[in-house]
Amino acid sequence: MTNENKSQESEAAYGSFHRRFLEGKGAVFAVATTIAILIGGIVEIVPMYTAGAGPETADWVTPYTPLEVAGRDIYIREGCYLCHSQWVRPMRAEVLRYGEWSRAPEYQYDRPFLLGSRRMGPDLHRLAQKYPDAWHYEHMRDPRSTSPGSVMPSYPWLLDATVDAGDVQASVRALRKSGVPYTDADVDGVAASIAGQGQQIVASLAGAGIQTEADREIVALIAYLQRLGREGKAYLPNQGGGGG
Amino acid sequence: MSQVESTAVQTPDYDDDIVKLFFGATVLWGVVGMLVGVIIALQIAWWPANLGLPWTTFGRLRPLHTNAVIFAFAGNVCFTGIYYSMQRLLKTRMYSDLLSKLHFWGWQAIIVAAAISLPLGLTQSKEYAELIWPIDVAITLVWVIFGWNFFGTIAVRKVKHLYVAIWFYMSFVITIAVLHIVNSLAIPATLTRSYPVFAGLTDGLVQWWYGHNAVGFFLTTPFLGLMYYFLPRAAERPVYSYRLSIIHFWALVFLYIWAGPHHLLYSALPDWAQTLGMVFSIMLLAPSWGGMLNGLLTLRGAWDRLRTDPILKFMVVAVSFYGMSTFEGPMMSIRSVNGLAHFTNWVIGHVHSGALGWVGMMSFGTLYWLLPRLWNRDLAYPKMATQHFWLATIGIVLYTVSMWVAGLMEGLQWRALNESGQLANPIFLDIVHRLMPYYWIRVLGGVLYLTGMVMFLFNVVKTIKGPERAASSGAHAPAPAV
Repeated sequence: MTNENKSQESEAAYGSFHRRFLEGKGAVFAVATTIAILIGGIVEIVPMYTAGAGPETADWVTPYTPLEVAGRDIYIREGCYLCHSQWVRPMRAEVLRYGEWSRAPEYQYDRPFLLGSRRMGPDLHRLAQKYPDAWHYEHMRDPRSTSPGSVMPSYPWLLDATVDAGDVQASVRALRKSGVPYTDADVDGVAASIAGQGQQIVASLAGAGIQTEADREIVALIAYLQRLGREGKAYLPNQGGGGG
Repeated sequence: MSQVESTAVQTPDYDDDIVKLFFGATVLWGVVGMLVGVIIALQIAWWPANLGLPWTTFGRLRPLHTNAVIFAFAGNVCFTGIYYSMQRLLKTRMYSDLLSKLHFWGWQAIIVAAAISLPLGLTQSKEYAELIWPIDVAITLVWVIFGWNFFGTIAVRKVKHLYVAIWFYMSFVITIAVLHIVNSLAIPATLTRSYPVFAGLTDGLVQWWYGHNAVGFFLTTPFLGLMYYFLPRAAERPVYSYRLSIIHFWALVFLYIWAGPHHLLYSALPDWAQTLGMVFSIMLLAPSWGGMLNGLLTLRGAWDRLRTDPILKFMVVAVSFYGMSTFEGPMMSIRSVNGLAHFTNWVIGHVHSGALGWVGMMSFGTLYWLLPRLWNRDLAYPKMATQHFWLATIGIVLYTVSMWVAGLMEGLQWRALNESGQLANPIFLDIVHRLMPYYWIRVLGGVLYLTGMVMFLFNVVKTIKGPERAASSGAHAPAPAV
């Protein structure tokens, strides 16, 4: 028997197994395929919920305020995450450019996650307090007024559009249902919380000569942008390089 | 090879009307999706193209582009090819005409809903899973209808053995259902807004498990199915190796699903998950190239026809790009390479060598093969098909090469340090401005590819309007013994 004959024979034997047990039986084939595609996902995702194997959480990070939730929803609506990451990688150049690298607990209340996948513009995970509120106001109105040569679109409509407190309350309620630890008082106090935090930003803008109202979308977005990485900036430098 | 096809068998009453509908939708959405792609490429090169309107900014149109080309163009191509080939491979009409129609119109309604909701800023933000929850529910329903029709057809088949193309279609039907349902689990806040049940990095992991396998099971396995049916038909040669098809099928569907975490390398996702993602991504090279080799070697003895047959030209370039991007992907999944490539245009170039090269060219090969057979007419402008091929090929080369260069440039300049250990390019915008020439080359590449697509649309319309072939029995070319 030549080698060629041997290999032909083995191919036929190989094939007959596959044919008999799978190819002739559609249901069996479907079940086998389902098992094959489920294993990897189960092995990678389920341990995220079992003790110790998932992303760390920590109490130095707090849930977003209602105004920040509203701002985050605007960030999502405008697709900001398509050009800006929220993910400083543990590399020297990134830490020099942006600040402390991103730690797991900083994402624990992020629903959805907004790490991003592309940096058409710079990372935003350490944006908090990098610029004053007025800078953000002008930057969203016309990015080239604060960053000459910027290629970012202008978002002038954010200056006029308003945030509906009832809508934000629905969001806070849904987030609570999904697992974010908001209290009854948080849910009931959404409107007051929005007005309170909004007024602070309005006042800070007024100090720079900008007149606006607390219910404007730009105010909510500024609240969110000034929140990005704030807790990490306060907490991480005191941890001797380790951190959460 | 199994005798899944034989011209000696009496031709059953196949439902080709549904195939024609999917074909038409493919061409239409292809033009739309690629046009939006060119527009957003222009916006990156020249920001005033955002037009100062909420509905036309890059952040809202980019999801429209990805959804249109993936789910509208590529999705309809898959359905076109599956509805055509399945009936012939199983020697039976589709299980239910009603389910076929519900599938078609339901899917198109979802696309229209996406085209309206995304520019309005209604999005869940997860890439390729942006559509709001009511549309997600509709997708689930339509997918169940498709799956019911698909498995129903398998149940009533007249051929015992399931040909390799059917295996790949099956993995598409099953896996997309699993991925879509799990990744879309969310708590609704309003009719248009919801929040995922997963949080933070776990949400990211689930998303990229979905996202990478949308590439794997929406843009790869069904297209491998198309390759296994239409490439042997076009080349009139049997598939090279049955054994290779078995090995690479099972290895591919098993390994692919693990690869998602390579999108989160160097994040705070637990290291064990990142490492698993990287290792399985590298292993994925083997079954991917198994598929590529089985495709290319099927052409043994038919290479001379590449000179004259635009269909084979499209298919060979498609399979070559499949091999190239499935080599590039595992390389980019290596942690240190990913450290350079991630967040850069290199990723965009990689995606488009797969999307324009593999998915697009395989689609065109399949569609040009089907066009005369479905409508029983000669292709109106055969030379235009060859011109389309060259425009598309040059377009892809301009696109991918410019993005490789731009990606490497920005990746290296972001990380470059000077002699005192400080950033060599501290101003981010400086780096952005250096990329502009490459962004313009990308626009040009996209315009060439879109021009080819429009020529195809023109050719399709002229062919359908043209005279019917005299001999009606010539509608179905003799099948090779696959």
